[in-house]
Amino acid sequence: MIRFLLKGLIRDRQKSLLPAIVVAAGVSLTVLMVCYVTGVLGDFADFNAKFSTGHVKIMTRAYADNMNQMPIDLSLVNVGELIDDIKREYPDMEWVTRTQFGGLLDAPDENGETRSQGPVLGIAIDLLTPGSKEPERLTLEKILVRGTLPDSPGEILISDEFANRLEVAPGDNVTLMGSTMYGSMAFYNFTIAGTIRFGVGVMDRGAIIVDISDARAALDMQDASGEILGYLPGGYYDAEQAEALTVSFNNKYSDPEDEFSPVMLKLTDQSEMLRWYLEIMDSVSFLIVFIFVFAMSIVLWNTGLIGGLRRYGEVGVRLAIGETKGHIYKSMIYESVLIGIIGSAFGTIIGLLFSYWLQEKGIDISGLMKGATMMMPGSFHAKIVPEAYYIGFIPGLFSSTLGTMLSGIGIYKRQTASLFKELET
Amino acid sequence: MRTIEIVLIFVSTSLFAQYPSGEEILNRIDDNLSSENRVVTSKMIIHGARSDRTIESKSWSEGDTKAFTEYLSPAREAGTKMLKLEDQLWIYSPSTDRTIQISGHMLRQSVMGSDLSYEDMMEDTKLIDNYDATVIGEEVIDERNCWILELNAKNADVSYQIRKIWVDLERYIPLKEELYAKSGKLLKRMELSDIRHMSGRWFPGKMVFKDMLKKGEGTEFIVEEIQFDVDIEEHVFTKASLR
Repeated sequence: MIRFLLKGLIRDRQKSLLPAIVVAAGVSLTVLMVCYVTGVLGDFADFNAKFSTGHVKIMTRAYADNMNQMPIDLSLVNVGELIDDIKREYPDMEWVTRTQFGGLLDAPDENGETRSQGPVLGIAIDLLTPGSKEPERLTLEKILVRGTLPDSPGEILISDEFANRLEVAPGDNVTLMGSTMYGSMAFYNFTIAGTIRFGVGVMDRGAIIVDISDARAALDMQDASGEILGYLPGGYYDAEQAEALTVSFNNKYSDPEDEFSPVMLKLTDQSEMLRWYLEIMDSVSFLIVFIFVFAMSIVLWNTGLIGGLRRYGEVGVRLAIGETKGHIYKSMIYESVLIGIIGSAFGTIIGLLFSYWLQEKGIDISGLMKGATMMMPGSFHAKIVPEAYYIGFIPGLFSSTLGTMLSGIGIYKRQTASLFKELET
Repeated sequence: MRTIEIVLIFVSTSLFAQYPSGEEILNRIDDNLSSENRVVTSKMIIHGARSDRTIESKSWSEGDTKAFTEYLSPAREAGTKMLKLEDQLWIYSPSTDRTIQISGHMLRQSVMGSDLSYEDMMEDTKLIDNYDATVIGEEVIDERNCWILELNAKNADVSYQIRKIWVDLERYIPLKEELYAKSGKLLKRMELSDIRHMSGRWFPGKMVFKDMLKKGEGTEFIVEEIQFDVDIEEHVFTKASLR
């Protein structure tokens, strides 16, 4: 019977092609929407994780209380020993040391006196150790505007906008003035290796990336570090996994009575604003997807309904030549299921192809982020998630079939005696 | 009834009459604390969150427009020099051989992680030039009778818009000071002790500063040696002396 119906659908394009195209279009839009909204959320969390929060972050308790001020005087000490311990304890995780610091970046004139200067946010990462994943994690090659990545001690990257404002270029020397971990004045000369564009307003206004060993020398932080960031296996943030890890670490290493004991916080616990934003985005994205799937369901239900009504004459003829009402009803539903499956399958494939393209290319929103004070990625990408493979079938298959079922009820209300009279009109 | 009113007026005027005017007290404080010029060797003990640090320095200052400081110890700080001319400040760092100019909001940053800002360190203006004072009461501090003065800034560009000072009523030297923002928020507290009589004036040998917005036990500023109104060669207050 399925073969027979399939033949009918292929041969009578009016009966099958248009509904299948409508179903495929609706399903592909649904799949794309689900992937994009999920991707936006993931990009936001991923961006923050890479640049600032990690999937989990270890700090001293005192540092965690004042995290926004980047208080390097409250940094972790004996970091080498702690890293060895946690690498042994949680071998699947990737651990990196980072230090964020504030200061003044000063460009000299020919006499070594201030020519231009500006406040700067410094991020110290492992730039120079062979095999370090940090440059790749921060996509430094992609965001490099001029010059090269640092390849020797004393070299830094500076945001391109800031470099233009200070009128400095790769190869120029600049001096960082700040405070050491113990509060003394810190002065350190650097050479600019390259300029970068973060695509984040708050960082493009004045940020530098330095090697962690240079930061340690400049800020008197031997065997110390502001933060240790942890990344979960697979590279994706998993709230449950992060929570379990956090509880385990804090039970073992953290002492609520000692403000300098280490404490681990997962990504969403590090900033009220970040948590609020992710929760709101999560709720809104769920609502968007729900409304979209619901709307598509109504559209496709309507398609099924109209398809059924459009075939009023055909049904009349089939009844007139003796086909039973139940058989007609069933065959219409089977046809609808077939169209739904074919349309949903095509729609899902098309939606996935578009999503894959968006996953790779993304949508550049950096133009909208120029004045942003929050850490936001410069582009958003779609993310193909397991739900994307089946969510399109809800409106595509079930709704259109339901529409056909509803319209088909009319078959049972028609009187065989008056069929020819109806068909004449 | 009329008699009661007259008595009340008499009592209240006589109560106010026992206080000198705020202006008179400020003038007497300025006579003690301000000078034509001075050379101070001092020790700053910074009680940090993790450890204490002691920084020694020698400063030359002239009025409230010129000041030069050289840090003597510890080794990391030794050789660092600061020069203030009018409202500009330069810092020379021997490790980088750079002279960096500090201006704007950076002047309100902490010096060497202490509870003092660059502005606090370099400030030597006469109180009478910047504040209107009112005596608001009396209190005993360190067994010394003090007037409590409330000072309100005459102009907007002073670091602290409101000050409350407890002034020793015999020696005209503040023993305690609270520095407030315009909003009334307490920013810093100072306690002055070891009051010595030198060169015809009273001067505190020890000042404890506490930045109320920072953790920690505050910063002690101990005057080891001080000379008033001495000859300071003019080249001290030039950028050439930084290197």
